[in-house]
Amino acid sequence: MDRIPILRMGAFLLVTIQVDMHDQLALTLQDDLTNRITEVGAKGVLIDISSLEIVDSFIGRTLANIASMARVLDAETVVVGMQPAVAITLVELGMSLPGIRTALNVESGMNFLRETLVNNEEYDGDGDSTED
Amino acid sequence: MATGTAQKIEQLPIQNSSDVVAVRQRVRAWATELKFSLVEQTKIVTAASELARNTLEHGGGGLLELARVSNGTRQGIRLRFIDQGPGIADISLALQDGYSTGKGMGLGLGGSKRLMNEFNIEPTPGTGTTVTAIRWK
Repeated sequence: MDRIPILRMGAFLLVTIQVDMHDQLALTLQDDLTNRITEVGAKGVLIDISSLEIVDSFIGRTLANIASMARVLDAETVVVGMQPAVAITLVELGMSLPGIRTALNVESGMNFLRETLVNNEEYDGDGDSTED
Repeated sequence: MATGTAQKIEQLPIQNSSDVVAVRQRVRAWATELKFSLVEQTKIVTAASELARNTLEHGGGGLLELARVSNGTRQGIRLRFIDQGPGIADISLALQDGYSTGKGMGLGLGGSKRLMNEFNIEPTPGTGTTVTAIRWK
């Protein structure tokens, strides 16, 4: 079965969505991410959607669900790289993604997650990069 | 709604969620071929995705008839989603944001109406629903 890979980098989980997701794939990602947050005690989730050519209401809702579930599990979520045309369309569609933290690119998204960790005084600063 | 003359037509099945992805890709190809701008393409493909999912979830599957239409000098793309489902009891209610009988957010119909220039729902109780949407260049 298709799966979107989840990378771990220290206290963070990184996801890059590079395929046109069918609905089941989006739901699988939601489940996988929630499980991984618990498994590794992740403090932050970064989702890169720069390759997505559209975000419809289903994908938008999935992103919102991921952010809510992560928050309940004590992790922050940041969605990065939304294309301008996608942003314009989403707002016109009626979805402004309330409750989702966004950043323009991966770098500022990572900065946001690191700052959140520091503010929570839980940052262990080992900077390990683990891919699995 | 009989606006525009259809010139080129293609039909796509909508029977499962992979078909919804195929619909997005074909609609993107058509919108690119018709030289819509990137923002317009994104709106058309997003509306198609919403309506295809609607056809699948509420109509029990059906098909998309894609057509290139013209009205005088204007060119456009017409999406016609046809299902044989139970039909929509109250169309004005179904078009309201936030109203949903399914598991969605209730943005599918109202949202895609905003993304297109013309939008029409024809109820045919007992035989299903036809949703027609046009975006002009």
